[in-house]
Amino acid sequence: MSDPAPPTDLVNVEVNGVPVQGRKGAMIIHVTDANGAYVPRFCYHDKLPIAANCRMCLVEVEKAPKPLPACATPITEGMKIFTHSPKALGAQKATMEFLLINHPLDCPICDQGGECELQDLAVGYGRSVSRYTEGKRVVKDKDLGPLVSTDMTRCIHCTRCVRFGQDVAGIQELGTTGRGENTEIGTFIEKSVDHELSGNIIDLCPVGALNSKPFRFKARSWEMTQQPLVSPHDGVGSNLYAHVLRGRVMRVVPRPNEAINETWLADRDRFSYEGIYSDDRVQRPMVRQADGVWKEVDWDTALAAAAEGLRSNGELGVLAHPSSTLEELYLLARLADGLGTANIDHRLLQRDFRDQDADPLHPSLGLPIAAVEKLGALLVIGSNLRAEAPILAHRVRKAARAGASVCFINPTAYDYLFPVAQNLAVAPATWVRTLAGVLSAALNGVAPEGAVSALLQGVQPTAAEAAIAAALRAGGTRALWLGALAIGHHDYATVRLLARELARVTGASLGELAAGGNATGASLAGVLPHRVLGGMPRQRSGLDARAMLEKPLGAYLLFGTEPWADSRVSQAQNTLAQARFVVSITPFVSDATRAVSHVILPAATFAETSGTWVNLEGTWQSVPGAAKPLGEARPGWKVLRVLGNQLGLQGYEYQSSTEIVDELRMRLKDVATPAYRSAFSPNANTVSAQALSDVPMYQIDPLLRRAGSLQRTQTGQQPVAAFPEN
Amino acid sequence: MAAPVGNIELLSAHTRAEIDHWVAKFPAGRQRSAVISALRFAQEQNNGFLTTDLMNAVAEYLKLPPIQVYEVASFYSMFETHPCGRHHVSICTNISCMLRGGEELIAHAEQKLGIKLGESTPDGRIFLKREEECLAACTGAPMMMVDHVFYEYLTPEKVDAILDELK
Repeated sequence: MSDPAPPTDLVNVEVNGVPVQGRKGAMIIHVTDANGAYVPRFCYHDKLPIAANCRMCLVEVEKAPKPLPACATPITEGMKIFTHSPKALGAQKATMEFLLINHPLDCPICDQGGECELQDLAVGYGRSVSRYTEGKRVVKDKDLGPLVSTDMTRCIHCTRCVRFGQDVAGIQELGTTGRGENTEIGTFIEKSVDHELSGNIIDLCPVGALNSKPFRFKARSWEMTQQPLVSPHDGVGSNLYAHVLRGRVMRVVPRPNEAINETWLADRDRFSYEGIYSDDRVQRPMVRQADGVWKEVDWDTALAAAAEGLRSNGELGVLAHPSSTLEELYLLARLADGLGTANIDHRLLQRDFRDQDADPLHPSLGLPIAAVEKLGALLVIGSNLRAEAPILAHRVRKAARAGASVCFINPTAYDYLFPVAQNLAVAPATWVRTLAGVLSAALNGVAPEGAVSALLQGVQPTAAEAAIAAALRAGGTRALWLGALAIGHHDYATVRLLARELARVTGASLGELAAGGNATGASLAGVLPHRVLGGMPRQRSGLDARAMLEKPLGAYLLFGTEPWADSRVSQAQNTLAQARFVVSITPFVSDATRAVSHVILPAATFAETSGTWVNLEGTWQSVPGAAKPLGEARPGWKVLRVLGNQLGLQGYEYQSSTEIVDELRMRLKDVATPAYRSAFSPNANTVSAQALSDVPMYQIDPLLRRAGSLQRTQTGQQPVAAFPEN
Repeated sequence: MAAPVGNIELLSAHTRAEIDHWVAKFPAGRQRSAVISALRFAQEQNNGFLTTDLMNAVAEYLKLPPIQVYEVASFYSMFETHPCGRHHVSICTNISCMLRGGEELIAHAEQKLGIKLGESTPDGRIFLKREEECLAACTGAPMMMVDHVFYEYLTPEKVDAILDELK
């Protein structure tokens, strides 16, 4: 299409003598930023509402008698803006002088030093010597919990942290109390800041008032190198930077990516790195001797013992954590294949596998992450969304605030901090009936088809169910998500059958919030008992994760998982203890690992290995690895490669993880996804009912369980919530 | 559902009726605008000062995060967030009153009551507020405000009489 007539909502202005255009209603700072004219600022932030209280961004505007704040002055036709004129510079310097009246000169001991917006701007706009001789004010520090440290004397009252709570987190925990010189930022009463995104105030704070508590006094910003990482904890795949000093991760900060995590990070992604250096790290290969005593050995001995044991102890089961890298998962699938077993799975939290033949190629969100905030309606079945995927919950919050009808069906009514159209609290045993009600209302008189017909017989939708159906049938893009609590439901097959039909009838996309950062990758790589690489069905299905953990096999290979904590199978540890031979490839060793294993091979954590993660929108993200593996630990792909060689399998000659992922990509290209069909029909062989458990957000993988500061938060102290069937 | 942040039972029926009256003056969803009025009545029912529990109760009643109530309570000089006497006495020392002897009146009151500015009498009867900015009664300087009532053209004798009247 050719360009339409110039849109009328553009305004002509002049920035430092250069004519430019800006959108009508835009603020001066938007136009100057877009045109490379830098205006200093503290309180203004792209992602936060405008406050205009720091006055650092004062600029000169022709015909205006006084300098105007660029962040809060809308542009008008013909406006002439001067960002560096003597008048503008004078105003900016005067503001800086005021800000520095009370700011301490403790930069040498301040963690913000070297990356401080105040420090940087003071170089450009400050005087070399202060004209003030009066004493500086002192403000008592606050205890905001184990994640955020405070040095409130340094605060310049930009209120970014306050506005973050109000506008982004959805719960204002910090506020501005007192008046004049007694103004303070704080919680007023002694109280920790508990929101799952609260660590972001560390980045937002332009000075050293709010800093990372675990990182306090650990390193100076200029000593560290910055390495890209991907968060392995949820299917969002938030982009991270690890700041590394002498091979160790000192802290984690967000790597901005508008398509995924914007500029935010969940606390879980920001502070999980502490687990890397927990006391449980296993640094040398270990073999359990005949007398039951563990002995540290060299890699060759340990790998030979592992290879021998995996071959000679009968039927083998392979369990992988869904947060492993794609390379690791692919090699693991190949290894299982080479050893002739189909017992391989990563779906540790799922209980009901009856309809697995109808699984899509891989679990998916059903739409791009960035599109979530544009949704018109969303139904989430079985998810404490803020805990399960904090960044997704943030996007959903944006959608809800823009008017989307967001509905939940859960065992309890969680608090979401955004407007929720329907928040149904339904006992797990009643979910099928509730969904049948929604589907029945959505059908709007049309006769149901296929397997769901029997479930809809005699179902009268309640008012709430009809409202959910109406929302899903209304305009805009609509989505339906199955969360962790649905995936752990004893009748997941029926729940999913109804959800699939509901999505089809209403035209909503269907998503599945599978656990871990790489469930998508695991499915693509063939870490499934019923599918091989690329989703091709196996000739004969192997045992699923639950079956493997309920009845002992001869031997197990555990990769990055502690099934007694990662699965909800109560007898998991007991089952593994009965196996004749267990190999654990793991970064961590606990008493339970020692009790069930015979060989322990120390693996690198997510920050110490190169690798690829595929998130729930299907984006492949490869990173080169940031830190040096501790002790003799090695990246998982290297361990599996050598193990493959030891087992005498062919094609384990990889020199780098890139070669592995390239090979996988090539092989996936040649696979045509078949049409999936399941013979499942409701009420057939029901899985035994069991209380549905909601695993707390800092307990979902071995790394998080060892992240000290997260464990000390209020959220970290929560026990597993169990919801009885009825 | 969010756990309640405060116990609205702490607010008297009168206070709640007054809050409802003030909330009704603002558009729906703008109940934050009624925080000042709500705190005024909460403070009144508690003999002149606010407690954290009372502020939480106001927050719960108005469905606001408690910090938004603390912000207002700590900002305005007419709210006291620490225990104090039930009658609030503020003697103006702004320019007009200062020129007409306001500071002498403070010295007199301090001596009479045996307390300093910012303190309360041990019997909990009178609280001498630290500072009140100009209350716009300069024509009648020096002036003081006792529980929201203005007294003008003051002399030490008049101050004695007014303070003695307070129960």
